[in-house]
Amino acid sequence: MPTAGTPAMTAAASALPRSFDWKWIVIGVCVAVTVYIAVIPLAFLLWQSFFTPQTAAKAAQFTLENYAQAYGSSDTARLFWNSLQFAFGASLFSFSVGTALAWMNERTNTPFKALFFALSIIPLVIPGILFTVAWILLGSPKIGIINLALQDWFGLEKPLFNVYSLWGMMWVDGLHYSPMAFLLMTAAFRAMDPSLEESATMSGANIFQVARRVTLKLTWPAILATLLMLFVRAIESFEVPALLGLPVGIHVFTSAIYQAVHRYPSQIGLASAYGMTLLAITSIGVYFVSRLSSRGSRYATMTGKGFRPRRIDLGPWRWAAAAVFVLYFLMIVVLPFAVLLWSSFQKFYSIPSWQALHNLTLDPYRFIFSYPNLGRTVWNTLLLSFGSATLIMLVTSVICWIVVKTRLPGRWLLDNVASLPMVFPGLVLGLSIMIFYLNVDVGVYGTMWIMFIAYVTRFMPYGLRYNTASMLQIHKELEESAAMSGASWVTTFYRVVLPLLKPGLVAGWIYVMIVSIRELSSSILLYSPGTEVLSITIWELWENGQYVELSALGVLFILALFVLVMAAQWLGGKFGVRE
Amino acid sequence: MLKVEGLHTEYPNERGEIVKAAQDVSFEVPEGKLFTLLGPSGCGKTTTLRSIAGLERPRSGEISVGGRVVYSGSRGIFVAPNRRGFGMVFQSYAIWPHMNVFQNAAFPLEVGARRFSRSEIRDKVMRVLTAVQLDAYADREATKLSGGQQQRLALARALAMEPELLLLDEPLSNLDAKLREAMRFELKRLQRELRITTVYVTHDQSEALALSHAIAVMSEGRIRQIGPPREIYDRPRTRFVADFVGTTNFLDATVLGRGAQAGSFRVRTEVGDLEVLSGDELRDGDRVVLSVRPEDVDLSEGRPEGANVWEARVDQKVFLGEYNDFQVKLGERVLLSRCHPSLRTPVGNAIFVKLHPEKCVAFKAA
Repeated sequence: MPTAGTPAMTAAASALPRSFDWKWIVIGVCVAVTVYIAVIPLAFLLWQSFFTPQTAAKAAQFTLENYAQAYGSSDTARLFWNSLQFAFGASLFSFSVGTALAWMNERTNTPFKALFFALSIIPLVIPGILFTVAWILLGSPKIGIINLALQDWFGLEKPLFNVYSLWGMMWVDGLHYSPMAFLLMTAAFRAMDPSLEESATMSGANIFQVARRVTLKLTWPAILATLLMLFVRAIESFEVPALLGLPVGIHVFTSAIYQAVHRYPSQIGLASAYGMTLLAITSIGVYFVSRLSSRGSRYATMTGKGFRPRRIDLGPWRWAAAAVFVLYFLMIVVLPFAVLLWSSFQKFYSIPSWQALHNLTLDPYRFIFSYPNLGRTVWNTLLLSFGSATLIMLVTSVICWIVVKTRLPGRWLLDNVASLPMVFPGLVLGLSIMIFYLNVDVGVYGTMWIMFIAYVTRFMPYGLRYNTASMLQIHKELEESAAMSGASWVTTFYRVVLPLLKPGLVAGWIYVMIVSIRELSSSILLYSPGTEVLSITIWELWENGQYVELSALGVLFILALFVLVMAAQWLGGKFGVRE
Repeated sequence: MLKVEGLHTEYPNERGEIVKAAQDVSFEVPEGKLFTLLGPSGCGKTTTLRSIAGLERPRSGEISVGGRVVYSGSRGIFVAPNRRGFGMVFQSYAIWPHMNVFQNAAFPLEVGARRFSRSEIRDKVMRVLTAVQLDAYADREATKLSGGQQQRLALARALAMEPELLLLDEPLSNLDAKLREAMRFELKRLQRELRITTVYVTHDQSEALALSHAIAVMSEGRIRQIGPPREIYDRPRTRFVADFVGTTNFLDATVLGRGAQAGSFRVRTEVGDLEVLSGDELRDGDRVVLSVRPEDVDLSEGRPEGANVWEARVDQKVFLGEYNDFQVKLGERVLLSRCHPSLRTPVGNAIFVKLHPEKCVAFKAA
């Protein structure tokens, strides 16, 4: 090998023209997209809440009327109270269930561990609207199977259980999101170094002293953050309040916004005022969650070394624990799916009986397959989810590179801006995007693009999360050595950073894809004839009272999502996705 | 070849405080030599190296390589790291896990300013892989290599583009002790064979002494002393250098007057009067510190000839295989001595201590 300093190379390097650097183009475009997408809807929602609707005849005028109308009536107080009750009830319920399950799974020897894993995919596989419909079929006072069966067995006059009530709403919503609580609390249990507990035990503390003075003290930020997150999630919830609350006049913010938009003439200003209120609540919640999480990370001292927490032996009680778990599993998976499956084979909905068993038919499936525009609806759904997942993952990979790898001033602001859509309830986001593109006519309104924009906005924070987790794992020297090898920024990003980011990139892509497929609450304000997606079709069937047809589509939808999630798991395993 | 002049580099840490990492750092490395930046963690050695690489942007100063200026604060020159054409080995090796051995080493040839044909790349890569004895592993997944092999691959990758300058950032610190010693020889052989100008950063003084043509000892962002390994070890100019490079005994002393030879002085210590050497110009009555290496504290059971001899008592001793460490007491003063293991004087017995005048180095007390 020749010695250092080959003159040819020195000359070549310095003679290179100060060529145009693509780095700034890529970064600039990504930052612009992020800021545009995250800031625009918020700004317009705020604007609209202070103005009268703009029409062809009359320009928008400043007004406080929207807020006066929103806060002037005693209805709003009831709305507020209902929303809080519902959100508190649902989040507390899912938290208690989720924590108990997480504790059973992580720290005890309860059998059927494999079933716990299934919990993590249920919220992905069963969309909220189908879960709610299934629970109507199970718990409605008139046709609910559980009610009828219990009445039959115990000879009761009145139904035991009414799903069309505040308690019913809390039950269904809380149950549906208990797996999320389970996952969050599992993470909290795992993040704690068991040696901290063990050293307390070795210091002579008993189980209760350890729990009170060490375990609880260390996990309380995580507990509080989980509770808050569940609360924010519940107050954003649309399907349950719309399907269970509206028919009996129990209104919460989300259903009130939906009604205000769908009234004739639609009261967009009023909806915006409601939307701002809801946004304020979720923003406060999300703000405290992030504060708690950053504090939590100081407490959580995961060493990764010798992680094997002692499991508590429940003795014979472990079978009781297992029974509780099986019962829970019945209620969250088996019964809802079974009731949909049953109803999907009926001509008209009827409760299970010997006679009904003889009337089994495939008609609902025939109906679904001949449903007008089914093909286009499926195509729309796939196109939107594929497109938004791809764009989100690519843009956020650059954004999180800036945030994680550079020392650029103001990078924390970029991180917050990209995470901003997190505070938007889907319905409020749909509303603000609708308002913006109604006022700013760029030919987007009424096309697929407006839904694409909504999806990208709504799920960008998730993409950012996945990418950031993966980006933090990439040692900065891996990039620096590429630079020392002579690679430009774009080459380094394409050939070193992106391949190393692959686990997070693939996992995030799959996740965004799946949540986009089931998206309802933004789409419901933005779709127009020809741009329907699958969840909208289910919604329409429900509005038309076509329960058996809805069940058939629901069963197919759940099966398809299940296959997709399984494929994702397999793919994830192949690309080395860490959970 | 490499010339660093008046380099200042600062950067903000996580809390936004300014870290003055390199302060007025100047040195030159002649063609084909290995130059070591040695110092404790946080002394600015890595920052200095990264400034040469272009991975940090200095605040002021000038860096040139073979006459080409790659950084100049006053003239506003800053060549991007990927245009500098230096090879670098990182502390973590930074082997790309998604590429195999060959692809890792070929990367610099594929992305650099100069274009190579496929067969040229193949030849060059195989040549460097052979040089580090990895030619048999060319198709192996990079993550399947052992620590030592990864280290050699990182070296091969840095050498593949035949750089003017090779930068090594604590390349051996992640290896276990045995492997580290083997790699030390390997690295020295390669550097001497290729005659490639090298800047080496380490906190391990024995590594620095073993490999370098010249060493710069740094602390708190500044270079404290530059010189060949022997000079750094035998003639430290400050208490910090004496303490950091090797183990040593310190004695406080006062200068009495000039000694018999040029550069030697007579001093008074708490244990008695001594004849010592000093690079500083000392005057009568100056407060100085003496440094004596443990291996220069000679112990014997019979009284030896010459100056600087006292009688002491064995206080502790530790058998370490290759040698014995003794702690001997001169009055209340404890001295550490490193002796041949054949000396087996029991604890509590009397023993004679001799400090060779040419091994006692004095410098002004700070």
